[in-house]
Amino acid sequence: MAIRSLDAFARMSIGRAFASGVGLVAGGFLILLVLVAIFAPWIAPFDYAAQNLMNANAAPGWPHLLGTDEFGRDVLSRVIHGARTSLSVSATAIAISMTAGMTLGAAAGYFGGFFERAVMTVVDLTWSFPDILIALIFVAIIGPGLTSTTFAIAIAYLAQFTRLTRAQIVRLKRETFIEATINLGAKPSHILLRHLMPNAIAPVIVVGMLAIGDGIVLEATLGFFGLGAQPPTPSWGAMMSSGTAQLFLSPWVIIFPGVAVAITVIAVNLFGDELIRALDIRDRLRGA
Amino acid sequence: MILRYTFFRLLMLIPVSFSISVVIFMIVYLLPGDPIDNLLRVGSSAEDRAELVARYGLDRNLVVQYFVWIGNMFQGEFGQAIVLRRPVADLVAQNLPYSLTLGGLAFLFSSVVGMTLGTLSAIVRNPVLDRFMRGFILLGSTVPGFWLALLLILFFSVNLGWFPVSGAGGWDALVLPVLTIGFGGVALVARVTRVALLDAQREDFVTLLHAKGLSSGTILFRHLMPHALLPVVTILALRIGWILGGAVTVEFVFGRPGLGSLLIRALGQRDYPVVQACLLMLALAVMLGTLIGDVAQAAMDPRIREKKS
Repeated sequence: MAIRSLDAFARMSIGRAFASGVGLVAGGFLILLVLVAIFAPWIAPFDYAAQNLMNANAAPGWPHLLGTDEFGRDVLSRVIHGARTSLSVSATAIAISMTAGMTLGAAAGYFGGFFERAVMTVVDLTWSFPDILIALIFVAIIGPGLTSTTFAIAIAYLAQFTRLTRAQIVRLKRETFIEATINLGAKPSHILLRHLMPNAIAPVIVVGMLAIGDGIVLEATLGFFGLGAQPPTPSWGAMMSSGTAQLFLSPWVIIFPGVAVAITVIAVNLFGDELIRALDIRDRLRGA
Repeated sequence: MILRYTFFRLLMLIPVSFSISVVIFMIVYLLPGDPIDNLLRVGSSAEDRAELVARYGLDRNLVVQYFVWIGNMFQGEFGQAIVLRRPVADLVAQNLPYSLTLGGLAFLFSSVVGMTLGTLSAIVRNPVLDRFMRGFILLGSTVPGFWLALLLILFFSVNLGWFPVSGAGGWDALVLPVLTIGFGGVALVARVTRVALLDAQREDFVTLLHAKGLSSGTILFRHLMPHALLPVVTILALRIGWILGGAVTVEFVFGRPGLGSLLIRALGQRDYPVVQACLLMLALAVMLGTLIGDVAQAAMDPRIREKKS
């Protein structure tokens, strides 16, 4: 099936993903979360960095709904601001990873030969390694911080996007309409951009959407190791890292950011599942 | 046939491990910071520094350094830890058993419990159990490992006092780490087993078996299980790498000795030889895992042998 207008197609299937009950709840939550992240400074009840040592490790209650941490900072405000860090780092990382992976995968799948073999050898090498190990090595090379966390996540998921895109392109190249276009004498760039990519892109976008969830977990893990966001920048992982020392005294400092990570990732997965169903691409995801 | 396939797979490992070893060797040289700086006393002269650099062989050509390094590796000679000032081989030998025990138990736990749960949910067609399973699988594949570890510590160690908070004393110190790593694995294996069994049930030969009047139990264990085992074994073999990755986090949270916690500590101290040895061991484990998975697959499914060899 050649897609005339990718835009209309995407709108249609996103609409269909929202149509089911699960899709509506998960998608609605994600939209809400993005809004909370954007408007964090106006929504958060307190300044996320304001310390109040007189009120340190306060249990959840009024006015600190989710309690305070070891410096007396409001946990709710920090979770709200943390959404900003976690979502933007993961989304940026996945966007970079997806762009690079699509380019590499498309080029490998289209041109084949030595280039394809070289790319796929490297990709298969990193593919068998756990994402946390790849990210750890990368962060170790360029040092801790949010920028290196972003690139570490991008590199950790690069193999996934490259493999998936290549698999789509290789499959599509055998289709009659592509052979016809080639025989009509179209330029490679025209074939790739106008005919192959629009048909290959749907599964890649869905996997990208799901990967944002994985990226949030990876960002939280790096933050937990103290390699991500540096204080006082609030991130869900970094909050849990500093909370470990007070685990017995004020467990809420660890519980609530973790709940935020878990709910977000679950919502991403549920909505991603609905998208896969709406686009009807489950079979195409299996190949890679 | 299967021997020939195994032989070819082993041959393919040579270029792969060569490239991995080069990457590991190079990556470590890209790391910022210089361990020699950590060793020098305040007020040391440039000569002291040059002498130390020469002693660790850091002044030679990179290619020469690589071949010296890889040659030593083959002899089990991992060099001297620069910061910890002990033979790396000792450090690895000391930490490896902890990681192997943890990883092995977590592997066993996730395969046994995962396959049981997956089989149960495939044959017992109960909507409530189905919902529970889907929820469990979703949780298991999304919740961050370190957070789960902290919650388990909070609940079982602090509130109930059943297991120690950290350390690697007796068997009871292993329960929570194994549960943490195993949780995600259980969910994954359960899902794959379930899907594989449901797929297999739809095959024509199963209908034939039912028509022949075989009991459901016989069909399940004699015919469906071997059929469904293939994807499960694949996932389990790939899981070896992920279990090792999980072990890095879990060892860190529980303060257990092991390759993972050794690696994190060495990364922080820029202790090149230790980082290299840890990464090599982990890479080796991942490669062996995929090898075992591929060979097991080929042994069970002649179609794969034909296609790949």
